[in-house]
Amino acid sequence: MNAVSKAKVAMYWAGSCGGCDISLLEIGPHLLELVAAADVVFWPCAADFKYHHVASYPDGYIDLCLFNGSVRNSEQERMARLLRQKSKTLVAYGACAISGGIPALANLATPEELFARSYTDCPSVDNPGGVLPRTETESLVGELEIPHFYPQVLRLSDIVEVDYLIPGCPPQATRVWEVCQAFLGGALPARAHEQLAGCTDKSVCDECTLEKRLVKISGFRRHHEAIPEPGWCLLEQGFVCLGAATRSGCGALCTKVNMPCRGCYGPSGEARDQGAAFIGALGSLLNAELEARAGELIDQIVDPAGTFYRFTMSDGDLKGHR
Amino acid sequence: MSTTTSSGTRRISIDPVTRLEGHGKIDIFLDADGEVADCFFQVPELRGFERFCEGRPVEELPRITPRICGVCPEAHLMASAKACDEVYGIELPPTARMLRELQYCLFYVTDHATHFYALGGPDFVMGPESDPATRNLIGVIGKVGLEIAGKVIRCRQWGHEAAAIFGGRPVNPVNAIPGGMSKPLSAEERNRLDEIACYMVEFAEFTLELFRSVVLGNQQYVDLILNGPYRHATYSMGLVDAKNRSNYYDGEVRVVDPDGRELVKYPPRDYLQHVAERVEPWTYLKFPYLKAVGWKGLVDGKESGVYRATPQSRLNVADAMSTPKAQAAYEQYFETLTGDRSGKRPVHHTLAIHWARVVEMINAAERALELVRDPEITNQEKYRALPTRTPSEGVGCVEAPRGTLTHHYITDENGIVRRANLIVGTTNNHAAISMSIKQAAQGLIHRGVEVSEGLLNKIEMAFRAYDPCYGCATHSLPGQMPMTVRVRAADGTVLAEGRRAARGSDNG
Ligand code: SF4
Ligand code: SF4
Repeated sequence: MNAVSKAKVAMYWAGSCGGCDISLLEIGPHLLELVAAADVVFWPCAADFKYHHVASYPDGYIDLCLFNGSVRNSEQERMARLLRQKSKTLVAYGACAISGGIPALANLATPEELFARSYTDCPSVDNPGGVLPRTETESLVGELEIPHFYPQVLRLSDIVEVDYLIPGCPPQATRVWEVCQAFLGGALPARAHEQLAGCTDKSVCDECTLEKRLVKISGFRRHHEAIPEPGWCLLEQGFVCLGAATRSGCGALCTKVNMPCRGCYGPSGEARDQGAAFIGALGSLLNAELEARAGELIDQIVDPAGTFYRFTMSDGDLKGHR
Repeated sequence: MSTTTSSGTRRISIDPVTRLEGHGKIDIFLDADGEVADCFFQVPELRGFERFCEGRPVEELPRITPRICGVCPEAHLMASAKACDEVYGIELPPTARMLRELQYCLFYVTDHATHFYALGGPDFVMGPESDPATRNLIGVIGKVGLEIAGKVIRCRQWGHEAAAIFGGRPVNPVNAIPGGMSKPLSAEERNRLDEIACYMVEFAEFTLELFRSVVLGNQQYVDLILNGPYRHATYSMGLVDAKNRSNYYDGEVRVVDPDGRELVKYPPRDYLQHVAERVEPWTYLKFPYLKAVGWKGLVDGKESGVYRATPQSRLNVADAMSTPKAQAAYEQYFETLTGDRSGKRPVHHTLAIHWARVVEMINAAERALELVRDPEITNQEKYRALPTRTPSEGVGCVEAPRGTLTHHYITDENGIVRRANLIVGTTNNHAAISMSIKQAAQGLIHRGVEVSEGLLNKIEMAFRAYDPCYGCATHSLPGQMPMTVRVRAADGTVLAEGRRAARGSDNG
């Protein structure tokens, strides 16, 4: 194989669940095409390249770096900076890297509360001395260290400049392969400013096959409380579904199995705030008379913060309490 | 990778440790004679799932907790949905239960295949000390050829097609809910799943053949498995059905001692009576142990409450397998490793976990085929039940591929989570993994022995056998840091270490 002309690709996980790495494997047979067209030069999940390899690469050596997971500590920050330096194109891959994702729900609590739930105030824990992990511990044979943590779950773009965003939790494989092909074929410029890829500016509703009957919502229900009528828009049936406020790209996968969208592809259109976009979209679904009661209706929604911002808690002003 | 430090000592980095899920760190300390004095395996992450599950509606947890681990989201999906069933006191309709187990078994085959071919397998197919640049799935494909590669890719692809048939999304499916499944199975979908399950059986058998020829057919590997520094006689834990056969989706937790005698068998909801977790200041990951035996530190044997919950442990606790081909594979496994095909004498060879994993692949695939052919599987009504009772508390337990997984929720009367506790697969094995790494380091690093990349990879192989997932294990812990191996002299000077200076010089 001609290593000189082949593109160099890297995949890295920071504060991640590994699902994004798996989603790249999901391109299936295209994986063989990908490795024929590009050399993987770093991918801890799947290949034995170490940090010293990455550090030894010249700046800009990696053509395409897919960075998944959020940034929760200095180590992840260091890797974000290193990979930015070594990569021509840096992609925030998946909801966690773009906007914190589900782990950013932790921004609703303080690190002290997180610690307490894990180590002291936890039913299975045997910890009479109230031991808490420390960053430095002296053992009989020497000092042991573990890293420090940031009080917040951060986005990749809070740390370094990001060229592209591929949304989804995780991004869907067909979209990922399209984007990979666009890159390898030279259809996308190396540098961009947080340009979205692997999605459209439409909404999940535009991709959803469930029928809108233009029935006004008269109240909200939780999905375990009732069986939805097949074929009919879930939101119109009173199930909170974020499809209208979520950018399309997934193919409305959740609604295909009768489950409402939770917004993993992020806010649709120009919206930055998915919750506000949803409340806005809701307006048009309430008739004038109900609109007057909108506040009351919205109060029926349990846990609005954890529902409307399920995947975007690290965005802008939403960074929980400090 | 070897460099010389300013003080003239040798420094070797294997950072990050690779081909596993998530991050961790190892410190190896050498005494003055160049022997391993001690070894610490540290896990430095917290994501705080327990805390941020609080305040969420309980029916959302099957949609939230799968993000603990995107490699085994189905395990969290199922454990979470089961805990929700119990929170609402719902008796699952028969079809709902079968659908969940079917989905879970197909996931099991796929997940085990991932580990066998992409994570653990390359060490055997390519060789433990082979070129690290090709010691991976791509190298394996190059070596075994495109035909076999096509089989592996198809297994994964069809496995994820199955996940999407059930749960919409191939990764992080969303369909298990309190009371059952979000949709019934159509006849057309059933037919496709039948095809997929047939293929899975064939593929699992093929994998066993491959294991036999590549690993068992190589005397060096057999030696490494049987006589290498990879053995711990510990307690074993796993779920079993009413006949003490392995079940991945449901059953009671059975624990056997290092000699194979039953210590206890309990319904998952009693887990707090049997398992407790130690906290150590030098790691963010807790150490579960058996309360009846007690915590004696990181040691094996009958007096120590350390247990393992791996594919091997599940074979150790099972009296038999529930399906014929798996039973034959089970007997052959025990016959070879203990000389007793009945399986009464447990296996403790860490690297043989790879073999046990393949036996389970066959079992899960056969079980899936049984379920998909049950005429009730396409019942259009019994796929879910609606809650009628006031929600309160529930425990849900499945065998995750990496160990017994427990979700425990307490809610208020509106089903809003007040407390959540999770003991995940890999965490069960935390003590044993730490011990295995130390054992491998002690067995391999000696004065005068060159600490080569291949040697350090053999230390990595000690944990890779467990298929650990530190995404899962660290669901509750802060931040994340890739695994580092650091070799130190008795005086604490670093002889070999990772490049990353996670020393508190952070700017955060
Ligand atoms: S975006 Fe989703 S799949 Fe990707 S790392 Fe985050 S939680 Fe996992
Ligand atoms: S329907 Fe919504 S939550 Fe589901 S995959 Fe699509 S964007 Fe994500």
